[in-house]
Amino acid sequence: MADKELQVREKQELQTDAEHTMPGVVFTPAVDIFESEQEITLLADMPGVTSDRVTIDLHNDELKVAGEVETQESENETYLLREYETGRFHRHFSLSDRIDQDKISASMKDGVLRLVLPKVEKAKPRRIEVKSD
Amino acid sequence: MAILRWKPGFYGWHRDPFAEMHRLRREMDNLLGTGRRGLAPTAGVFPALNVSEDEDNLYVRAELPGVVPEEIEITTKENNLIIKGQRQIAAEGEQVSYHRREREAGSFRRIIALPTRVDSSKVTAACKNGVLTVTLPRAAEVKPRQVEVKSE
Repeated sequence: MADKELQVREKQELQTDAEHTMPGVVFTPAVDIFESEQEITLLADMPGVTSDRVTIDLHNDELKVAGEVETQESENETYLLREYETGRFHRHFSLSDRIDQDKISASMKDGVLRLVLPKVEKAKPRRIEVKSD
Repeated sequence: MAILRWKPGFYGWHRDPFAEMHRLRREMDNLLGTGRRGLAPTAGVFPALNVSEDEDNLYVRAELPGVVPEEIEITTKENNLIIKGQRQIAAEGEQVSYHRREREAGSFRRIIALPTRVDSSKVTAACKNGVLTVTLPRAAEVKPRQVEVKSE
């Protein structure tokens, strides 16, 4: 899998009808979302975001993931070349399964968020037996 | 009709004749909120880099989320910086099915020419929250130096 060469992709800016009240650019992070029988896992690339600056909000099956970027440049630096911009990250999803809100866990490592959303008992697949009278 | 004096140094022939056009386009993009807001066109090579400087150092930064420091190899060669590495995404097992798969794994190697001479023995690199910063101290001979004026 690692034989492939990575291609530059421009960071995707958030497209939304909602108007921003905070200045700055907002990007949508690239994500992987996969599910098993027990849980849904979301991985999001959010470089420059520390674990204390991530906010996860789940309300009425609507999941919002946001992250604030910590600037690493010091004030007396001047740019010679700029190929990418930094800004906040924001993305929201609607979930079809019922999530057990108390058991959600999230971790941040090397700029990648890993969010595990366990499904509630009811939503777990159950084999239904057909009885014959 | 006024006759304006031609200023060499400003629109002179030694300058890129398209530079002014590029500048105008950047300003229009900024004004309309379109385009890349003053960003340089990408080199088409991963990763995209930001280069900045202060009095002592040059800084080269790249966003490399999910790349472990052990997988990054940094070399300086004459006045070039080479950043090589790979991004691996671990398999999540056979039991899972994907809704979205936007993150990519793969290798990368990029070379960039540095604008000033650097002291290659003192180059350091650090990865923090998925952002790589390479700090390249300027070579002693190109550091700004104050010259004292002596009276005889």
